[in-house]
Parts: sequence; C-alpha cells; structure tokens
Amino acid sequence: MLRKNIEEQFFKYLMALFTIGLVALLFFIVFEILKKGLPELTWKMISQVPKGGFYFGKEGGILNAIVGTIYLSVGASFISFLVSLPVAMFINVNLIRFKKLQHGIRFLLDLLWGVPPIVYGAFGFTLILFLGIKTSLLAGTLTITFLITPIMIRAMDEVIKDIPIGLMEASYSLGATKYETAFKIYFRQALPGIATAFLLAFSKGIGDTAAVLFTAGYTDRLPEKLSDPVATLPLAIFFQLGSPIPEVKARAYASAVVLTIIILLISLTSRLIASKLSKNSI
Amino acid sequence: MENILTKILTRKNKNGNGIPHKYAIEIENLNVFHQRTHILKDINLNIPKNKITVFLGPSGCGKTTLLKSINRLTDLHDGMFVQGSIRLGTEDILGSRNNLAALRQKMGLLSQRPFPLPMSIFDNIAFGLRIKGVKSKTERADKVEFYLKKVALWEEVKGRLKAPASRLSIGQQQRLCLARGLAVNPEVILADEPTSALDPISARVIEEQFMELSKDYTIILVTHILRQAKRLADYVVFMYFGEVVEEGNPDEVFEYPKTDTLKQYLEVGH
Repeated sequence: MLRKNIEEQFFKYLMALFTIGLVALLFFIVFEILKKGLPELTWKMISQVPKGGFYFGKEGGILNAIVGTIYLSVGASFISFLVSLPVAMFINVNLIRFKKLQHGIRFLLDLLWGVPPIVYGAFGFTLILFLGIKTSLLAGTLTITFLITPIMIRAMDEVIKDIPIGLMEASYSLGATKYETAFKIYFRQALPGIATAFLLAFSKGIGDTAAVLFTAGYTDRLPEKLSDPVATLPLAIFFQLGSPIPEVKARAYASAVVLTIIILLISLTSRLIASKLSKNSI
Repeated sequence: MENILTKILTRKNKNGNGIPHKYAIEIENLNVFHQRTHILKDINLNIPKNKITVFLGPSGCGKTTLLKSINRLTDLHDGMFVQGSIRLGTEDILGSRNNLAALRQKMGLLSQRPFPLPMSIFDNIAFGLRIKGVKSKTERADKVEFYLKKVALWEEVKGRLKAPASRLSIGQQQRLCLARGLAVNPEVILADEPTSALDPISARVIEEQFMELSKDYTIILVTHILRQAKRLADYVVFMYFGEVVEEGNPDEVFEYPKTDTLKQYLEVGH
C-alpha cells in the first residue's frame, strides 16, 4: 500500500513538474522576444518599407515583409482550402466503404505533412525553373500551398472522421445524395473543426521560412503583381538577426514580436470562431 | 392454404398485372456477409403493409443488419456483401443502381439514438422537404408545423423553431427525427430500437405515435424488449443467430412458441 502511495505521489509531482516546466519555457521565450523586441517596435517600423541604410540601422521599417507574409499566407490558405475540403469530404463520404484506401491516403498525407519545408522549397525551386518564372509572389504562394495542403486536409479529416455514421444514415434516409450529405450536413457539423484546420494551416504557412527561401525572393518594395518578388517576416528576421550591427539585430526581435502577435491573433480567432460555430453541432 | 394463396398473389404481382400488393416489402433468399462472417442466412420474409412488424431477438442476432439492408445502409460498411432480393412494391432495392437517394427517401429511419441534423429545429424538417423539391417557402412552413404537430412536438417548440435542434432533450430530438422522416412522405418507417436511449415517458410517446402511424405507414421495429414487442406488434419475426426462427401473428408466436430458443427467450425476457 505504501509503495503504491509513493508511486502515485512520485508520478503526480513528476507530471506537474513537466507541465509547469513547459509553460514556463513558453513564457520565457515570449518574454525574451518581448524584452528585446518591444523597445524597438515603433509605428514607423510597421508602417514603412526599408529606406536607404535600413540594413545599417538607419530609417525604414518592415512593412514589405508584413504585407508579403500576409499576401503569401492568405493566398496559399485559400487555394489550399479549395483543394482540402473536397478531398477531406471525398475520403470520408465517398470512400467510407474502402477502409484500406482511406488508411493509405491518410498515411500518404501524414508522410507529406512530415516532409521538411526546405524540401518543399527545393521542389518549388525546380518548379519555377520548369515553368520558367522568377522568384515571385506566385511561386511563393504555390510552394506554401503545397506545404500546408496536407496539413489542412488531415486536420479537416480528423474532425470529419469523428462524425458518427448515424448522421450519414439519417441524411441518406431523407433522400440526400452524397454531395448533399457532404456539403450540407457534414460541412455544418464539422464547421468549427474546419475553421480550426484552416487557421492551423494558415499559421503554419505564415511562419515558415524554408519554403519561401528560394521561391518568394526578397525585396524592399511592396509587391504589385503576382510576378513580383515578395519579402516575408521569417526571412526578414533571418536577415536582420545575421547582421553584426546591434540596431539591426534589435529590429529582428521587433519583427519576431510582430510575427508572434499575428500568430497569437490567428489562434485566438480560431478559438473564438470554433466556439461560436459549434452551437449547431450534435 | 393462405401461404399458397399469397405465393400466387406475389407471383402474379411480379408479372405486373396490377393486383394490389398485400405486402409492402418482400425479402427473398437474403444473405449478408461481413468479411467472412455469415450474418444473415437465407432470409425469406414478407412484411405486411400498414402494420407494425417487429424484428425480435437478442443482441447480435442480425436484426439491425436486416433492417439496414432494406434501405441499403449496408452499403456504408466495408466488407459487407449482400445477396438475394428485396422488393419495395415493384422496385428491386438491391438491384437498382439508378436512384438510391429517391429509394431511400421512401423509407424513413429512426435510429437507436437521435441524430438531429446540425441545424435549427425548423431546418431539420425543411431540409428533407427542400431536397424533395418543395420550393414554396410557405408550403415548407406549413408542412413543418403539420409534422411537428403529428409527433406532438409543436406545442413544445413553436416558440423556438430557429433554435439549434441539439438543444432539445433527447426524447424531443427523437420525435423531431420522426417528424423529419415523415415529412418526406415515406411508405415505410424503419425503426432500430428507437426507444432504447429514451426515458420511459418519451418512449411511451414514441410507441403511441407508432400505433397511430401504423394506419398509414408500414412500420418495421427492431427491438429486444419483449414487452414492447407485445404492446406494438401486428406481426412478429423472431430472429436468432442470423436466421428467422419463427414468424407470425403475436398471439400465435407469443402464446404457442414452437422452438426451444423462442421458449427460452420468452421465459427470460421482460
């Protein structure tokens, strides 16, 4: 009895320790970024593009990177959504009889999810060579789309897969077709999860550096058309952090603060949307 | 004598010479396999029209599978294989590949626990009407009211038709599911232990509605509750290990069971 007690206590404290440690680590990271970045974060910094001498610590800001990142991730997320929703529905509604095929597709998607972004970057690079286009908003968007689509499909799939089969039976019994069942019933039922999946993929796309390294290019200007190169926040952080000049280094942290805030906002929005949308679900 | 008569009747009907059907559903040589398991063995069954037919038997005897093969929900299961013939009126259910949706619409389903659609109370009923092609808004609203009244739910929900159906109590949800099924105007109601998740009062309401509905609809009720079967059945089908062991009028089947399995079931049943 005593041994059991000790065991119980030991594991309780061990788990508590790890949990606290994890939360503390997260706070430490955020705190460090804020401490180094907040003093540098000025309105000028987020409302101006780099000016002459910006990379030596002079005038200008990172608006080019903020705008570029938002263009890229919004564009990629929407294209990805258009592909992901039908695929996730097809797996769960049309292929319901084919469990092995379902497993196969899920396995492939998981593999794709696990492929490092730099590989997508290299793939995107060969693609733009093949298509004969330059590093551009278009090329970057496509590469990010490739990167986040498996994530979005699998995140949607996980939610749709948990819908009880009774709902499908009910829908079919009312005379609904597969299409109506998928896009009118299952879509509504899974809507909170679908919104979360979208935002999960979105925040993956927004923070990724390697995939856009070769494909989006980098520029101090705001992109005006799809064939323009674009700057991104992760790359802006990367370039500025590598600088020997302290002012520029500090701006890297300010850029990190901006990126963190954007991701935080997305996460909060997704939580909010998910809880708002779940009222109709069974 | 009657058996011969019905055989002649059904045979003539197959030739389509216009004699009205006595049976709503005719099942012939039905075999269902799941992977290598033989779930249903050589089922031959005629379901009488506008009566309550009860599939009775212990859990796992195949009664739910039999019910689901009638509206081809067996299609949704991997490795399930159905052989034989099921006819609804003149339509061959297992053979027709043309319009499964329209065929299923003729058979309302009430499952073990209610699955309201993820939308409002009103839309739960209006959804089926919409896919059936009822375009007029007022007609839909009228029908929603009519069918909610039919299942005695109208008074309870008339003030909150726009509220999510998931907020209703489980008994109310089950009645909503019944109303939703009736609204698309089916010929048959398939009910798979529809009261098993309900409290006794809600269960009683559903039972009363079944008795009322059996005037206009053919009802097939799957249950393992003996008392429920006795209360409701016009025709009893007793199943055991994938086979129909006995069938007949409740008076005969319950009073004079022929087989030992049914005798035992009647003794321990409640």
